[in-house]
Amino acid sequence: MIAIVDYGVGNLFSLLSSLKALGLEAEVTGDAGRLRAADRIILPGVGAFGDARAKLDATGLVPVIQEEAEKKPLLGICLGMQLLFDKSFEYGEHPGLGLVPGQVVDLRRDLTDKTLKVPHMGWNSLQILKDDPLFRHVRDGEYVYYVHSFYARDCAASTLAASQYGNVAVTGVVRRGNVYGTQFHPEKSGDTGLRLLRAFAEL
Amino acid sequence: MLAKRIIPCLDVKDGRVVKGTNFEGLRDMADPVEMARFYNESGADELVFYDITASAEGRNLFTDILRQVASEIFIPLTVGGGIRTLEDFDRVLKCGADKVSVNSGAIADPAIIGAAAKKYGDQCVVLSMDVKRVDGQFRLFAKGGREDTGIDAMEWAVRGVADGAGEIVLNSIDTDGVKQGFDLEMLDALAARVSVPIIASGGAGKMEDFAQLFTHPGIDAGLAASIFHTRQVEIRELKRYLRTRGVEMRI
Repeated sequence: MIAIVDYGVGNLFSLLSSLKALGLEAEVTGDAGRLRAADRIILPGVGAFGDARAKLDATGLVPVIQEEAEKKPLLGICLGMQLLFDKSFEYGEHPGLGLVPGQVVDLRRDLTDKTLKVPHMGWNSLQILKDDPLFRHVRDGEYVYYVHSFYARDCAASTLAASQYGNVAVTGVVRRGNVYGTQFHPEKSGDTGLRLLRAFAEL
Repeated sequence: MLAKRIIPCLDVKDGRVVKGTNFEGLRDMADPVEMARFYNESGADELVFYDITASAEGRNLFTDILRQVASEIFIPLTVGGGIRTLEDFDRVLKCGADKVSVNSGAIADPAIIGAAAKKYGDQCVVLSMDVKRVDGQFRLFAKGGREDTGIDAMEWAVRGVADGAGEIVLNSIDTDGVKQGFDLEMLDALAARVSVPIIASGGAGKMEDFAQLFTHPGIDAGLAASIFHTRQVEIRELKRYLRTRGVEMRI
């Protein structure tokens, strides 16, 4: 069973539907026991980092997630991926879960072409930098769907794939041990996204 | 690099897809779920559903359709039509919409943009505008393009973005249904004023119109209805063609 962490942020309809469409057993839960019982965990998220971190803290699930990440595959999606890092500079400075080394900063800070639009929204091609079982069913250069204004950097050692936006190589997929993260939304990335989720379920 | 987007738009009334010419004389086309499947397989980058139903019964039918589409199609879905309150946002987001488009609802109550952006994030709020030239000005129209609000459309867009609209759909009433190409002059005027993604709507008649559109760097997406519904333009073929013309496309 795949447990999708419910901490009151984001719309989980598509994520749950996409896993079901793949024939996978999944449930949205805020229960520590269910996270411990699950084979895999997905940490979703949209919105602002500080707010999401506060909501996640309020559930009391942070130590459970950190503990379970040692034992089973965990996938953070979009803001859920950003939460995996050490810290974020979205509206102040906020601590992350410290599961992947690196920090989350404003894309605008690093884009030299100021005419490029932020949020980075739409389909961008994913360059696979390091082969991984997560890419078992996808090819280099397939398009995935992004919507975000902040991105993870200083995480080269953990970066598996990236998408080019202007001068910035946007961190697309990270991995450290059992912990994976995608900045894009696999549950909104059409067939490519479904194949990636299938590979996650096969890890 | 980020690809330009091709977006078919489905106007849904009483559970069926309809599309008029110049907003009048609606003509029944097909089943929305079937069409959504067809477009997903054809390579559409996103789908827009407009609920043009007036009755409560039709509205329930619409959310059922939306839920069904969102359960099996995993590309971004934008929903509009009759969005006036945060409850309306909530209703369609729970059924699987990713973005919600406001038009007349924002004209009636401009505060809805800021309130929705604060609650759901800027990326969720799409400001849709029907615009027509009146006395040398780009004028904002309400009620499906029937009523001149007297508001300067470009000022309206700037204000909407400042309030939190994360994307704009600009539909030119002047070119809508005419199939002689997008309203590039109007689109350029908007691109010069706002920095959020712009979706061009109204006027697409053939593949070349999209190639022309994407020579304007401020435009992120092209939206059309009838030319896709009638298969006068096939999305898969259009995207291949645009790629040969040097436009970044997801294929």
